[in-house]
Order: sequence, then structure tokens, then C-alpha cells
Amino acid sequence: MIAVLKHELRSYFHSFTAYVFGAFLLAIVGVGSMLYNLQAAVSNFEYVLSFGSIVFVVIVPILTMRVIAEERRQKTDQLLYSLPITTTQVILGKFAALLVVYLIPLAVISVYPAIFAQFGDVYLPTSYGSLFAIFLMGAALIALRVFISSLTDNQGLAAGVGIAVILFNYYSVSLSEYVSSTAFGSMVAIIVLILILYFVIRYLTKNEVLAYGVCFVLAAVVCVVGWTDSSKFEGLLPRIMKTLSLFERFSAFVSGVFDMTAIVYYLSVAAFFLFLSVQSLEKRRYN
Amino acid sequence: MIKVEHLTKYYGDFLAVSDLSFEIEEGHVYGFLGPNGAGKTTTMNIMTDCLSATSGRVEVGGHDIFEEAEQAKKLIGYLPEQPPLYMNETPAEYLRFVGEAKGLRGDELRAQIDKVIGQVRIEAVRDRRISALSKGYKQRVGIAQALLGNPKVIILDEPTVGLDPIQIIEIRDLIKELEREHTVILSSHILSEVQAICEKILIIAHGKLVAFDTPDKLERSLLSANEITFTTDAKANVVRALLAKVDHLTDTELEEREDGLLSARLKTDSKDIYAVSRQLFFAFAEEDQPLLELNLKKASLEDIFIELTESGGEDQAGDGTTPEEREDEAV
Repeated sequence: MIAVLKHELRSYFHSFTAYVFGAFLLAIVGVGSMLYNLQAAVSNFEYVLSFGSIVFVVIVPILTMRVIAEERRQKTDQLLYSLPITTTQVILGKFAALLVVYLIPLAVISVYPAIFAQFGDVYLPTSYGSLFAIFLMGAALIALRVFISSLTDNQGLAAGVGIAVILFNYYSVSLSEYVSSTAFGSMVAIIVLILILYFVIRYLTKNEVLAYGVCFVLAAVVCVVGWTDSSKFEGLLPRIMKTLSLFERFSAFVSGVFDMTAIVYYLSVAAFFLFLSVQSLEKRRYN
Repeated sequence: MIKVEHLTKYYGDFLAVSDLSFEIEEGHVYGFLGPNGAGKTTTMNIMTDCLSATSGRVEVGGHDIFEEAEQAKKLIGYLPEQPPLYMNETPAEYLRFVGEAKGLRGDELRAQIDKVIGQVRIEAVRDRRISALSKGYKQRVGIAQALLGNPKVIILDEPTVGLDPIQIIEIRDLIKELEREHTVILSSHILSEVQAICEKILIIAHGKLVAFDTPDKLERSLLSANEITFTTDAKANVVRALLAKVDHLTDTELEEREDGLLSARLKTDSKDIYAVSRQLFFAFAEEDQPLLELNLKKASLEDIFIELTESGGEDQAGDGTTPEEREDEAV
């Protein structure tokens, strides 16, 4: 794992990736703190982080688009398989390297509140709580993107799908206001989601029966529950969209709440997608 | 060293490797020979844990490649068909990563990198970007990668494909040098190459092992498929009478040439071609008829290869009949 970590770090710093990523993040946070903290003289640094969080939509895909897709394209994945290291070590090494690249600009940013505190009243616990939360949120997004990158050998596609997924996640709370909150609407949406799940399972496992079986059971459950007690589906879709939003949970920290459930949520999302990435790499051994 | 037992691999419905079993001992160069699509790469990928098998076992140095992958893979250095190189690194950086991943550290790592760079002779380009190197050098970097960690077995998938003749000779010499310290398995669809470097040859066709022997023995096993040609100035009816005294002839063809001589082509099913030619010689000598020319044609490895791989994967090594068209293909 250490070997993969060192190798990845070397390649990030030999190419522009790490610098572009860092520059973007520092620029947007810099602009944010100039607007909020300096010009408007607001002492809350967390507002800057909240303002800057949209930049993740763009920079995380840039950082991670080549992580596994590039190995596929160059056929170096065969080297990784034949080396005496496990796929888990490969994924963890790559993830750790991404975290290091991500932590460097964050370390620079973490100095800002301390500087501002010299010139006024800054409530540091909220500032650093939010900074910690945005680190975890970024880690979860990176893990999600590692997984997307592991699905294809096309960097462009990996980056595009990544931007779309993160953008949808970013706006899902605002969108949830507009989607149907009736029981019927939610039911239809969930059936559509099950259909999508069917194609995903079929693509990943190439097993028609498994995909069909899982989705048939899920659809049956939805229909039975909907038929017996349709109130269960009242407002379900907006609720799901809010729950899944990584960005929404960050807003709690900005309001000054150190939300433990959000911390656990970020960590589970990261672990979940890293697990899927390992499976996705392992799957390549089977075809 | 490597034991492959009942290995089978399906890609969907396509059977790529079918119930393949063989054993590889330490300290030889083995050649994996077969036409394109015969299952060579698939087998090599399974032996190095790049691919899973549908069924069957692979054991490397006593470790199952699927159960104890890490221990087994430490004993193997693998160069896939397309060398797995990070194009924007230098050979030195690349080898450092591979060495670290193989568990080498510090002085040992540096010493090993220097050693393999010397072995494959890439000192001159060790700090150039790999993407700027020639194909031959890229192949050497790939071999250097396989050599790191001093594995007992080196597996090379078509190591000379796409190289120019001089590079091919250099890589072959390199492989011969490796033999002193490692067991080498290489695949190829080029017969002369395998014949030149390998001590043992595995021929596979349609995912099945059709022959596994030394090049000499493979040739000898099909010696029965032999042909004798001679030229004489005797008359045709005399020649026919003389040939009747020779045993084991299955077919004779006589041809009167424009210069008045007579050419003959004989086929024999005898296991000992020299016995037949001796008989032929004395038969003519006793009657004072000169043999102006006497040639024996043995089946070449190429004949064997074509016969074995075209016959739908059936083992015909002991069969001994020769298809007519073979003579066109013979070298």
C-alpha cells in the first residue's frame, strides 16, 4: 500500500493535477474569504467554506479522473494484478494519495481563521468544525469518484459522469422541493430507480437472473407496501434526495452544530464506495 | 515449480482454455507455442493471477495462486504482451515503484534496480521518459520489471512481437542469459524462435495441450512421416524392380527428366528412415546402378506444429500419417 501511495503521489506532483486542484481550491476559498471576511467584515469563516463547497463539483472529478481509468487505458492494471499486492491495498493506496493531495491546500486554508482571529472575534470551534466536516465530505466525494473511475477506461467519460453525479448531489436538496411528494409520484420514482438498479447490476455482474431476481423482489415489496399502506410513500422521494445529499449535511456544521451522524455518514459513504471500487477491480479478473 | 491442473476458462460461452494440465520444472526455458487465439495469453494471465479461472488449479512453488496469491506471486515475474509501463515516468522511477510493491526497501531496492538495469542493458536511458523510448527499450524495461525481486519464474508473453530483427536477436540473447538464474516461460506463435531458445515446448491449440516435449523429441516422434528422394540414370523398369526389394515403402513416384535422368520420390512408414535408405543403397549397388543423389526429408517442427494445431486439438503425435499439403509448408 505504501508503494502505491508513494507512486501515486509522485505522479500527481509530476503532472499538473495536484497543482491545478490545489490552486482551484485555494482560489475559490481565497475569493470567498475576501468577499465575506474582509469586505463584508463577517467573522464567520464557515460561510466561506459553505460558499466554496460548489467547487468540489469541478475539482474532485479533475483530481480523480485518471485514478483507475488511466491504469486501464495504459494496461498497467495488469501489472498491479500480477504484483504481490492485493486490490484492497491498491485502492487504499490510491485513496490515501488523493487524501494527501487534498489535505495540502486544506492545511493552507486552516491558517486563515487563525489569522482572522488576530484582528477580531472569530469563533474558532465552528470554523475548524466546518473545516473538518468539509475534509470528510471531500473524502466521501473522492471515494465516490474513485469508484466511477474504476468502471471505465475512458478518462473523459469518467470525469463527465463524475461531474454529473456530484452536481446532482449538490442540487438534490433544491430539486427535492420541486419533485412530487405524493405517494404515487414517489412510488413511480422508486420503480424507476429499481429499473436503473437492474441495469447497473446487470452491467456489473453480467448476470441477468441475479439482476432480474433482485429487482423483481424489490419492485414486489414496493407494490405490496404501496397497496396496503400508501401513506408510507408520502413525501418519500424528497426525503430520500435530502438524505443522500452530502452537501446538505455540511450545512449543519456551518450553523454551528457538530453533527456526529453526518460524520458517520461521510465515513460510511467513503468506506462503501472504496469497497465497491475493490469489487470493481476484482471483477475485472473474471472477464 | 508450476503445476497447472485441469485449468478451464470460459469467456461467456466461449471456451478459451479447456482442461489444461502440465507441470513446469525448475531451471529450463519453456516455450508456449500455439497459433493466435489458442489460449496462450489466457493461460499466462491465469498463472499470474491477472485473470480468474472457471475451474482448475494453479500452484506456484507449492502455493495456490488463488488461495495464497501473495506468496505465489512473489515467485513470479510477469511481462504481459503489452508491457505495462507508466509512459510519463523514467525507467528508474518505474522500477522503484515495482520494486517497492514487491516488498524491496532501501539499499536492497537500489542494488536490485541497478542489477536489473545492468542485466537488460538500459543504463543509457534510465533517466529518460519511457514514452520517448524505442519499442525494444520499452520491452527491456518491461523485462527489467519482471526481474525485480529475483523471482524464480519469469513469464514472458510474446516478448519479441513487433521488434525489428536486431532487437529480436538481442532479446533472445537476454532470455538465454536469464536461464542461468531463472525458470523462463515464454509464449510465441513463431516456431523458429521457440526452437532456437527453448528446451521444452508446449504446443497448445484450441485451448488444449497437444504436445509437450523437447524440440528434438517432437521432431523424432513424427519421423515416420518421412520421404526419400533420389536421382539415378537407371531405366524406369530397372528402378521399379529394385524398389520392389526395399521394405516399408508406401508410395513411389518416378519422373523422367529432360536430361535423361530419373527422379524418384518414395514415402515410407518405417520408424527408422536410415534402415530404409541403407536397403535402398545396397539394392542399387548390388546391381551396379548408381544413385546420383540421395536425400532424406525429416518432418520439421513446423510440420508437426501445423499438423497438431490444425487437427482440432486432437493429440496425433504418434499417428504418423502425413497430409499431402505438408510438403509445401516444410522449410
